[in-house]
Amino acid sequence: MQEFKSVTGCAIPLMEANVDTDVIIPIQRLLGTGRQGLGQHAFERRRYLPDGADNPDFIPNKPPYRDSPILLAADNFGCGSSREGAVWALMGMGVRCVIAPSFGDIFFSNCFQNGLLPVRLPIGMVRRIAEETEAGPGNARTTVDLERQVVITPSGKAIPFSLDQRKREAMLHGLDDIALTLKHADAIAAWKARDSAERGWAWESIA
Amino acid sequence: MPSTMFDKIWDRHVIADLGEGWSLLYLDRILVHDLSGGHAMAELAEAGRHVAEPRKVFATPDHAVSSLPGRTAASHAKGERLLDSLRERCAAEGVRIFDLNQPGHGIVHVIAPELAIVLPGLTLACGDSHTCTNGGVGAMAFGIGASELGHALATQTLPQRRPGTFRIRFEGMRPPGVTAKDMILAAIGRFGAAAGTGMAMEYAGSAVRALSMEERLTLCNLSIEMGAKVGMVAPDETTFEYLLGREFAPKGAAWDAALRDWRALASDPGARFTRDEVIEMGDIAPQITWGTSPEQVAAVTGHVPNLSDAPNEGKRAAWEAALDYMGLQPGQKLEGTRVDWVFIGSCTNSRLSDLRAAADVLKGRHKAPHVTAWVVPGSETVKAEAEAEGLHLRFQEAGFEWREPGCALCVAANGESVPDGARCLSTSNRNFVGRQGTGARTHLASPAMAAAAALAGAIVDVRSF
Repeated sequence: MQEFKSVTGCAIPLMEANVDTDVIIPIQRLLGTGRQGLGQHAFERRRYLPDGADNPDFIPNKPPYRDSPILLAADNFGCGSSREGAVWALMGMGVRCVIAPSFGDIFFSNCFQNGLLPVRLPIGMVRRIAEETEAGPGNARTTVDLERQVVITPSGKAIPFSLDQRKREAMLHGLDDIALTLKHADAIAAWKARDSAERGWAWESIA
Repeated sequence: MPSTMFDKIWDRHVIADLGEGWSLLYLDRILVHDLSGGHAMAELAEAGRHVAEPRKVFATPDHAVSSLPGRTAASHAKGERLLDSLRERCAAEGVRIFDLNQPGHGIVHVIAPELAIVLPGLTLACGDSHTCTNGGVGAMAFGIGASELGHALATQTLPQRRPGTFRIRFEGMRPPGVTAKDMILAAIGRFGAAAGTGMAMEYAGSAVRALSMEERLTLCNLSIEMGAKVGMVAPDETTFEYLLGREFAPKGAAWDAALRDWRALASDPGARFTRDEVIEMGDIAPQITWGTSPEQVAAVTGHVPNLSDAPNEGKRAAWEAALDYMGLQPGQKLEGTRVDWVFIGSCTNSRLSDLRAAADVLKGRHKAPHVTAWVVPGSETVKAEAEAEGLHLRFQEAGFEWREPGCALCVAANGESVPDGARCLSTSNRNFVGRQGTGARTHLASPAMAAAAALAGAIVDVRSF
């Protein structure tokens, strides 16, 4: 997983609700075998015109927002399919942080497996960042600082955000979940020994 | 203190408390499929790791396999590469695979209950968001991403944050023409596509108790379309009768011991839920979606909303974009809207009872000439049982294509898709932009509604058809 400390950029105001992972990355792009090379396909049905040229009306294509590491959205960003390719595609197009009032649960978990920071802020706060950005898109910079757990809006207001410390630590240091879990190997073995005695039916029928 | 069913299953599976509401949970079962299974196992091997408990892992190729009658793996070349990788990794790790065209094969969430891989009280994870389907038997089943799948396979555990609980009680008699699909679509329409985010759903009430096992699977299937990773129905005699004798169900004394555990699983009287709602069955009519989110749904007798009725600017913009994509006008009557394609299938509605319900609408009639109508049974078992009843002949005589099991047009990952601009009445679970193919316009409804639309060539109310 990529470490995340802080990012700064002109936040992309894609202020839509229920942006689903099918829209972020069509399934047809996930029939290869890898996590790489998906960035060019992120949002492809909206990002490109039928002739393959960039769609100038799609907000992330507009000059001040191109290659920005911060995306703003309304409720339920990343809902729908569990495809982790949505996270790989967003990171492939340069996004390292999405700020929204709420996220699809599975997308939210997938973010932390890869180093894409999902920040939950009330819709009023997300709108404020969008409005401050749109007021001066050429030079409006938003910073997301994970060490301090704050979003700094273009006008300089610092908005704290909450995050489980377990997830913050893993993100700051790029920790591998499997290695952390394997530290509990003794507890796992003890649980299994007890459960196979108590709930033999759950073990025997598939043995 | 009274506990919910969810609390009982969660608490039993906690290996370690990780703080802040996080627990390391044991997984009783893991399901893998062709889209992410081979890849996840290959990544593990590259990292020098292996599947911790291969006997608890079950694989089947469903997403990227052709549904063409007489298909082989080679019928979809990209899918064949994924399937080859899945086969190779399953063989190397000792994981059971229900392979293409073999007994037991099918959509992963159709075969797991069918083979009794999933049982009441178990935890189950799979790299697919519709894993919540399996909660219909009273299990805690949830979808995960590719990295979490790797973790699950390597350790047979997952760190999870305890969600809230959300109970919906459906009370009263089921009106004619109303199916489990209509019940859950009505709930999503009422509460919204994000109402279950961070929640585990439990469906209860007299109308849920009266549902068959297959209907309960349909009900739980769409939990994720309300935002919830988990959806559950308490196990009861309907569940036990369904599971008894199936391939991986406990046998003999183990069955008796299991039954004792299962009978204690239901939420205790007085158990507290984070959110608790009631829906009166009398308020539900057959549903059909009109937009590009499952929450954009109405009674089939209703209309597309007027933009001025939107509760806020965000919804207004979303409705406008949805109607533009769907080629519908604000205020338009839904009935009579011309339909080009009909798809009966998916982990939502491809089981035997779904196919029977669709076939019962046909009554010897033929589909409208301009409609392409597909029936894709959920599994080899469903297909064989349906053919034994002659359902395939009834569909074929009505002009429907009778195809091979898989996800097919629900997710369009198998080289099959609904054409650009075509309108499809689908029994699947997602009406997202481009879901069934670039530019494809999806309306979600029940199998009976789908069959009626194929005959009429348009959206019709199945109750008057």
